[in-house]
Amino acid sequence: MTLTREQKLELYYFMRLTRSLEERLVNLYRQTKVIGGLFRSLGQEADAVGAAYALDKSKGDILSPLIRNLGAMLVRGAEPTEVIKQYMAKGDSPTKGKELNIHFGGIERGFVGQISHLGDMVPVMAGVTLAAKMRGEDRVGLVFVGDGATSTGAFHEGINFAAVQRCPLVVIVENNGYAYSTPVAKQTAARSFVDKAIGYGIPGEQADGNDVLAVYDVTRRAVDRARRGEGVTLIELITYRRKGHAEHDNQSYIPEGEIDRWAAENDPIDRFVKVLRAENVKASELTAIDDRVRTEIDTATDVADASPMPEPVEALRGVYANQANVPPLWFREDVSSAVDSHERASGWGTYDV
Amino acid sequence: MSEVTYLEGIRQALFEEMERDPNVFCLGEDIGAYGGAFKVTEGLQAKFGASRVIDTPISEIAIVGAAAGAAHMGMRPVCEMQFMDFVSNAYDMLTNYVATARYRIGLGCPMVVRGPSGGYVRGGPFHSQNPEAAFFHTPGLKIVSPASAADAKGLMKAAIRDDDCVLFFEHKYLYRRIKEEMPAGDHVVQIGKARTAREGTDVSIITYSATLWKALEAAEIMQAEDGVSVEVIDLRTLLPLDDAAIVGTVRKTNRVLIVHEDTRTGGIAGEITARINETCFEWLDAPVLRVTAADVPLPYSPPLEDYVLPQTSDIVRALRRIVAY
Repeated sequence: MTLTREQKLELYYFMRLTRSLEERLVNLYRQTKVIGGLFRSLGQEADAVGAAYALDKSKGDILSPLIRNLGAMLVRGAEPTEVIKQYMAKGDSPTKGKELNIHFGGIERGFVGQISHLGDMVPVMAGVTLAAKMRGEDRVGLVFVGDGATSTGAFHEGINFAAVQRCPLVVIVENNGYAYSTPVAKQTAARSFVDKAIGYGIPGEQADGNDVLAVYDVTRRAVDRARRGEGVTLIELITYRRKGHAEHDNQSYIPEGEIDRWAAENDPIDRFVKVLRAENVKASELTAIDDRVRTEIDTATDVADASPMPEPVEALRGVYANQANVPPLWFREDVSSAVDSHERASGWGTYDV
Repeated sequence: MSEVTYLEGIRQALFEEMERDPNVFCLGEDIGAYGGAFKVTEGLQAKFGASRVIDTPISEIAIVGAAAGAAHMGMRPVCEMQFMDFVSNAYDMLTNYVATARYRIGLGCPMVVRGPSGGYVRGGPFHSQNPEAAFFHTPGLKIVSPASAADAKGLMKAAIRDDDCVLFFEHKYLYRRIKEEMPAGDHVVQIGKARTAREGTDVSIITYSATLWKALEAAEIMQAEDGVSVEVIDLRTLLPLDDAAIVGTVRKTNRVLIVHEDTRTGGIAGEITARINETCFEWLDAPVLRVTAADVPLPYSPPLEDYVLPQTSDIVRALRRIVAY
């Protein structure tokens, strides 16, 4: 499980890409080019990147990210262009403007776009991995939840069912201190989230979420366990959310000095740079990666910015697999033809009266 | 050909579809060795094994969510809700996740959520509900509610083969009371098409599920006692509604009564009434009327349940009011 020098530099690349991409999105947000909210993973890049890196692309492993796991999606092959287009609600974004931010992706891409309802992806990923197991496929699933999601019924039902069925699933609880404004102490009376594993009869491990190598190691152990047919593992990663729930959140509920302390002493990228430098990686090598990231993001921004907004009528398409006719909103049309076209689309015009 | 029950029709569909397609599997509470609370899945696990007929914890969210995940992977899960009343536990998963997955990110959920709904069986407030209207409002779902044994089988087969999520509302009152000749071969009934259960010329009843049989009784009474010819439309699929069939019968008879067992306020009859108003106003000779359950939780004691649920006499009374215009 020891990573090569190249792999470690790749981890650095993905963490830097995550942070820089989000910084670029902040610029675009301030230029009002981002539609809606903006969510940051500042200070959590190591847990998303390190965990996703433990999955195996060649085996078709699948993960379900959360809003603060942009890094995991990038590791799995999401393109910065796609992310910026999504945030700008462009017509050629992965969801054609129908979905927000990083809610995109499919099974074949190795990551499944989440919904906003916390905990719901645990049962869904239980099903994804159950299917893999039923078919005898050598695939592992990984689902991220935050500390807040552990309070939902969906989390409990999903992890319990997956445990009973011994699904090849890794459940990562990112304990980043806050669910919106609610601190962990108000979220649960449990001493730690990893203790919950006992209640489900599955192994639980806890790790430093700001140490990318530790995250990789703990996740890799769980992935290997799942691949050996030993079922579900619950992992708690201790990290910290240095930004608000979203960009609009002023974090007035945070004790003074807490964010600064984490930023100064426990930044996952700064920590990893020290590790790399101690392993004789040259500063110039890291600078070269930083430059590469900047160029990629510049290009992605230009492409996304030049992309068209969606055609409004796209909003009516794609609800069902075989959606032959969508009755047009007749009150939006020329009155003279409105009723006729409404009836034709509904199949009514075919009736002899 | 032999006569089979409504329940057996569904059971046959499950057997045949599991045999036809290895991706079809069932999951639900007590559906395995026990064969399900109503025995719809009896014998299924013995034939297909515990890995394809999965007994689950009491976890409707997990059942529906896991089915969605498996469906993303190309499986065709069939979830049993032990009683359809319990589907409300999975309401979030169905409306927020399953119904939107294709539209949002192009991930389809070819799956069926089936189970017994409805009253007339003295089941009380939590074993007699008709929760279809709660889902009728959600684009992305399909809703099927068969009234006959042949439809129960044919629509179940269609539901399993459908590329979207189908909520399949079986009626527990009909499970063992309705028996009919089952069409031979691979009997599949197209989702989205209503059926004219009885031809008529003077007034139309639009209905589905158990109240179809009460509508047909009422039609007989109207013919015999009043000389009124009643057409009866069995919707079979509630989402999407068969607009052509609804408009067709209204323009034919010019008078319409909508009957359903679900409660009145916000019920499906209201939507049908509105559509008729938008498209058939000039053809109407009488107001569109509804016979539905009263707006109360379904009570237990027989005199109370009988009073709340639509009865044949209620339908006859409403028809007489319509034809009097």
